[in-house]
Amino acid sequence: MTATLFVLAYLCIALYIGIFAFRRERGQAEDYFLAGRAIGPWVFVFSLFGTHMTAFAILGSSGHAFNFGIVTFGLMASSSALIVPLCLLFLGTRLWAIGKKFGHITPVQIFRDRWECGHIGTVIFFLQAALLVPYIIIGVMGGGTALNVISGGAIPFWAGGLLVALVVMSYVFFGGMRGTAWVNSFQTILFLTFGLAAVLIISNGMGGFSAVAEKLLADPKTSPLLSREKYSPLAFFSYTFNPLSAIAFPHIAIFCLTAKKMDQFKKTVIFYPLCILLIWLPCVCLGLFANSATEIPAIAAKLAEKAATARPVVADDVMLRLLAHYAPEWLAGMLGAGIMAAVMASDSQILALSTMFSEDIFTFYGAHEKFGQKAQIATGRLFVVLVTAFAYFTALNAKASIFDLAVQFSFAGFSAMMPLYVAALYWKGSTKWGALAATLWAAACTVGLFFAPRGFTVYGLLPVVPMTLGSALLIWVVSLLTPKPAHRTVSRYFSV
Amino acid sequence: MIVLLVVLFYLLHQDFWNWTEARPLFFGFLPRGLFYHAGYTLSSAGLMAWLVRRAWPARLEAWAEEESE
Repeated sequence: MTATLFVLAYLCIALYIGIFAFRRERGQAEDYFLAGRAIGPWVFVFSLFGTHMTAFAILGSSGHAFNFGIVTFGLMASSSALIVPLCLLFLGTRLWAIGKKFGHITPVQIFRDRWECGHIGTVIFFLQAALLVPYIIIGVMGGGTALNVISGGAIPFWAGGLLVALVVMSYVFFGGMRGTAWVNSFQTILFLTFGLAAVLIISNGMGGFSAVAEKLLADPKTSPLLSREKYSPLAFFSYTFNPLSAIAFPHIAIFCLTAKKMDQFKKTVIFYPLCILLIWLPCVCLGLFANSATEIPAIAAKLAEKAATARPVVADDVMLRLLAHYAPEWLAGMLGAGIMAAVMASDSQILALSTMFSEDIFTFYGAHEKFGQKAQIATGRLFVVLVTAFAYFTALNAKASIFDLAVQFSFAGFSAMMPLYVAALYWKGSTKWGALAATLWAAACTVGLFFAPRGFTVYGLLPVVPMTLGSALLIWVVSLLTPKPAHRTVSRYFSV
Repeated sequence: MIVLLVVLFYLLHQDFWNWTEARPLFFGFLPRGLFYHAGYTLSSAGLMAWLVRRAWPARLEAWAEEESE
């Protein structure tokens, strides 16, 4: 009960921060969607990181480590520590500069202006929106799971997911980008502060991680989890393509436009790997060591299912189970709030979708001129409500684990979109037809993935590899064969 | 030089030499492969600090602010 109250108090604080931010809003679209391009340096660091750290990083990673062991860290964390900051350094700064110079608010606006296209931009919008929805769904799933476990089952999954969806929707609705950025910063600091405490308390409760590691190594059934002997090197290599999706995620690209000064990227680029280490290492360790927590009935049941079926099980809740079992109730509440904080990072994705709809569809097709700025913001807010409702009802029926859902659809699809950003920002010869070819390829592959069997590979490589390489090849070949944008347009973008 | 270093770093991620062995356990509980990748992540922060000093696109900021369209 105490733990639940702490988490509910946290949700109230998040809501307050969002509404407080709303009071500073000036009624301009750029202020609502980009916080007036005036986010300060530390809020930018924590918020950008918080935006990227979601239920996937916290609950999905520990669930994956429960099934597959230490390989989880190398698959997503260490590769992201190299590739995401590189993308921010070489693509994020350029996006910021172009957005500031030409007043763009979304990536599609940049593509439309850069490649002199209209409806092709709309095709890109629809694909980006379709790929982002699974990521919003996992946020709702994470919220439902977290509240269910923390409350000891008193709050059912549907009610927990609903409560989290309503809180997130409210502060995005009222606070826009400023509210979202402040809540994200608060969430990141909260999680970083209490994450370490969680690890120490659980380690102590389990009799020390050294003893647990030795116990797992001594058992032939669990010892492979401490190495990568059962994991394919080609699949491991494939995963290094997933972090390429970071800059293609619209919420990350849009967030790059909010910085007040380009210098703010410096801190983010340097601290990003450190934040990754501080968040992922404890999550992976806890997921791995949960394999010896047989005294917790829910975990024992998962271990029995895993042994009986020889297949991975849905284990997104293992870290929460450890917390509920080993930490005192009040501390479990504080730590649960920290976990909840990370799980709720779906806020920025919902805001990004709203921004994109408002700018790329509503404004582009003339509704802004016809109905005015207030109607534009109101439409953006209505879109927030609709997207949240859709994500909530889909999450209620989702069968896949958080990790699988994110990797299979969002990461692979957005990685395949990444060549568009490189071409638009760095290659004068790229054309709208090349961009269309790459977008259709990414869309077709994602639809194909939906029908493909679980664990589908291409010559041992995960689909993300051929998807990304195919997209790069298509934009290159088709651009070579098709007419270029006007010289004046190209020189505007490359006069730097 | 910058490109070479980044490519080298990328290749170092594929640590096939740590594939099958769990021991030694660093700090008594971190298996060898996990310790390597934790160190790799930490080193990435060092690489980024170096890149920010050596490859920072300073001209972009001036370009963005010289005459907003």
